[in-house]
Amino acid sequence: MTPGRYRDGARRVAPIGIAAFAFGASYGVLAQTSGFGSVEAIVMSATTFAGSAQFAAASILGAAGGVVSAIVAATLLNARYAPISVSMAPVFTGGVVRRLLESQLIVDESWAVSRRADGAFDRRLLVGAGLVLYPCWITGTAVGAIAGDALADPASLGLDAAFPALFLALLVPQVRSRQALAAAVLGGAIALVLLPITPAGVPIVAASAACLIGWRKP
Amino acid sequence: MNETWIVIVAVGTMTIALKAVGPVLLGGKPLPEHLTGIVGLLAPALLAALVVTQVLGGDEEIVLDARLVGLAAAVVALLLRAPLLVVVIAAAASTAVVRLFT
Repeated sequence: MTPGRYRDGARRVAPIGIAAFAFGASYGVLAQTSGFGSVEAIVMSATTFAGSAQFAAASILGAAGGVVSAIVAATLLNARYAPISVSMAPVFTGGVVRRLLESQLIVDESWAVSRRADGAFDRRLLVGAGLVLYPCWITGTAVGAIAGDALADPASLGLDAAFPALFLALLVPQVRSRQALAAAVLGGAIALVLLPITPAGVPIVAASAACLIGWRKP
Repeated sequence: MNETWIVIVAVGTMTIALKAVGPVLLGGKPLPEHLTGIVGLLAPALLAALVVTQVLGGDEEIVLDARLVGLAAAVVALLLRAPLLVVVIAAAASTAVVRLFT
């Protein structure tokens, strides 16, 4: 199969770029009301670049929940990036600095659109998608942190429903085999069971254990 | 350093390390044979979990709200073999309409 192109990754993720901008703005608003300055909000978006962890950390600090709880919550929410990062490792080539920089473009959405029809991940699709999402997220944060709550709530535009729709659309073509379907059902079930009883982030990282049904003896 | 900056530096460093661990330590080499089966199933497992948590997730609770209508619209669009853009817009627009009238 021919390798993907940067612009294909960008094109596939473009509708989600709009949602990323809007949620970046709502993160900026939340950060501002949680006592972040605009520089602090923007620096966090530029370095962490992971929505749910940033929302959690800012809201815990805003509620005077303490530094430790904010860091723990964000770590749990981002724990899923360890298996995601390992699964994508083979496609990153070049020197260590380049691999380090390109790996920072990994977010759920860029990872999800970077899988080709043959099941392999594609570095160009990932980088193309990441280079759309990253500036959307940062400019959104800047607008939110500066303009404040004069902005519309992205939920009123239904943008929170855009993300699960994207993930579902990308999941469907992947469950062609019986084993993949079993992994999806098991992963979804683990997340559903843990959702009401564990802190945010745990259901997702625990669901990644469903892939162990693919274990073959070395 | 104030609390905000401590959190920004700690969370940023941790996230950069989590995203980089695979590409930096294992980059460019094929994964061991017996791991490829597992890694191939990671995407369906995680995508399903992301759908569940993003549609039903609340503050350590299951929340049934307008996002479910959006997901249903996405399912219909997928059954009609609509392109990705249409699936995503159908989900957002239907959720927005439900919220407008409820």
